[in-house]
Amino acid sequence: MAVNDPIVILDPTDESAADSRTALERPTSLDGLRVGLLDISKARGDVFLDRLAELLAERGITVRRYAKPTFTKPMPPDLRREITTHCDVVIEALAD
Amino acid sequence: MSTERNAAVDLPADGLVAVVKADCPTCRLVEPVLAALPQVTVFTQDDPGFPAGIRDRRDDTALDTSLALEVETVPTLVRFAGGRETGRIVGWLREEWQEFTGVGGLGADLPEYRPGCGSRTLDPDMAEELLVRTRGGSLRSRRLEIAALEDEVEALYDRGFSDGLPVVPPTPARVLRMLDGTSRRPDEVVAVVPPNLVEATVEKVAINAVLAGCRPEYLPVVLAAVEAACTDEFNAHGLLATTWGAGPALCVNGPIRAEIGMNWAGNALGQGNRANSTIGRALQLVIRNVGGGRPQEVDRAALGHPGKLGFCFAEDEEGSPFEPLAQSRGVPAGRSAVTVFAAEGPRGLADQISRTPESLARSLAQGLRSVCHWKLPGGFDASLVLCPEHGRTFREAGWDRARLHRELDELLLLDRAEITRGAGGIAEGVPAGGSARPIPKFRPGGYMIMHAGGGAGMFSAIVGGWAGGPGGSAPVTREVDPWR
Repeated sequence: MAVNDPIVILDPTDESAADSRTALERPTSLDGLRVGLLDISKARGDVFLDRLAELLAERGITVRRYAKPTFTKPMPPDLRREITTHCDVVIEALAD
Repeated sequence: MSTERNAAVDLPADGLVAVVKADCPTCRLVEPVLAALPQVTVFTQDDPGFPAGIRDRRDDTALDTSLALEVETVPTLVRFAGGRETGRIVGWLREEWQEFTGVGGLGADLPEYRPGCGSRTLDPDMAEELLVRTRGGSLRSRRLEIAALEDEVEALYDRGFSDGLPVVPPTPARVLRMLDGTSRRPDEVVAVVPPNLVEATVEKVAINAVLAGCRPEYLPVVLAAVEAACTDEFNAHGLLATTWGAGPALCVNGPIRAEIGMNWAGNALGQGNRANSTIGRALQLVIRNVGGGRPQEVDRAALGHPGKLGFCFAEDEEGSPFEPLAQSRGVPAGRSAVTVFAAEGPRGLADQISRTPESLARSLAQGLRSVCHWKLPGGFDASLVLCPEHGRTFREAGWDRARLHRELDELLLLDRAEITRGAGGIAEGVPAGGSARPIPKFRPGGYMIMHAGGGAGMFSAIVGGWAGGPGGSAPVTREVDPWR
């Protein structure tokens, strides 16, 4: 091998070049939007979400409630699909 | 190989072909003999000007023809007829050459016999290049170039492939040698690795095994460990993402322990043994690099522990009072297996006085009780690594593993009054109220007992785990032999 040859190595990663994703614009108002509240099933997350639901109700916004079966595992794909189909905005509680 | 290569090299359809190198005294000896042959094509492996006096002399310093002809010794003389090889001789034996070439009086002034030399294709300094040339096409991973003026170890740090310690650059040659450790094809999928749920091929695991410092013979254990860790029961995703600090640990059973030189004796859980240190590390590098699980990203551990660099040891089966762990988990006797379990760092438990199994079991139960929190039952799994001097007490008393589990289960029934919130001046604990019945410290099957360590020292180890069972992580055992 010549002195200036590069060393070739094999990529140990999944080779997924970072997807460049643009976050959606923040809505200026929740009026007319379908709002979901997602409880990841950590203790007391429901306390936080219950209060949020009350505050949103005072503003005339009704919400759909969702919960992951357990916070220790990724969300089941069916639930993810249900939420993306039925909601424009999701608020997720990570409280402990 | 030869069929494919023959198409790429230009060999005469009929006549004699010789392969030589100037570095070989026998080739130099037969130089005038080759020159005296009426018709021969000579391929030369090192000095394109050697041998002298040959009309059809060809440069094979790239060794393509030598590889195509699978030459092992020089000089080699091959006869072709109608595009097919019809005979071959190696070295120098006067009568043989005369008969093979049909030319009488060849080399009359030479010694009657001289053995040949090794072909340049077998030179150790060519092995790496030829390995990549002949088999590199089977590798599918993206090639990354490290510039000649870069330090390769620094470059691997910069690219984020390291767990914090130096890694071995996974060159194609090293990865090919690693893949010799298994009969599985490089493109076979081993498992879907969390957190990014990426399919890890045998090749990707081999690349990370190279990074970790593994030898090829460790690869089947690494593959079985990746298979075990990427199951729903083990839940590597949750174990990674929790703020609790445990990581995956591996206990290896069966003949492979000795075959690859693992340590189950003194300092079994510590540093200093290559197989122990690098197999556990390879699993963690697969989760990091293939699965994308990195500290302070999806790995949310508040503290973690040093064993998250890799935590792997072998069980001392020969000195154990119990059947091997893998056997107790359903693997047939005599087969190799790896068990993955959630583990914090090990903590020593001293008892140098107990000489009865009852007394010793009470000590061990006290240690197990402290896992997670002395006042918290039911949530966390744990493991007990029994040292030989403690194991002896149970062997002499005739306790098997099941008996020790039964006794410990009994000793680990916690009195509710002691563990209620506020009891002992500690707010943590179980909520007041409910039944007055004692509460088991562990879920059924929530702790494992293994046997390892040096012959002296009445010090076993408690290894805390993580949330056990379906909502957390359960130990998983997989056989190694299917990955050989």
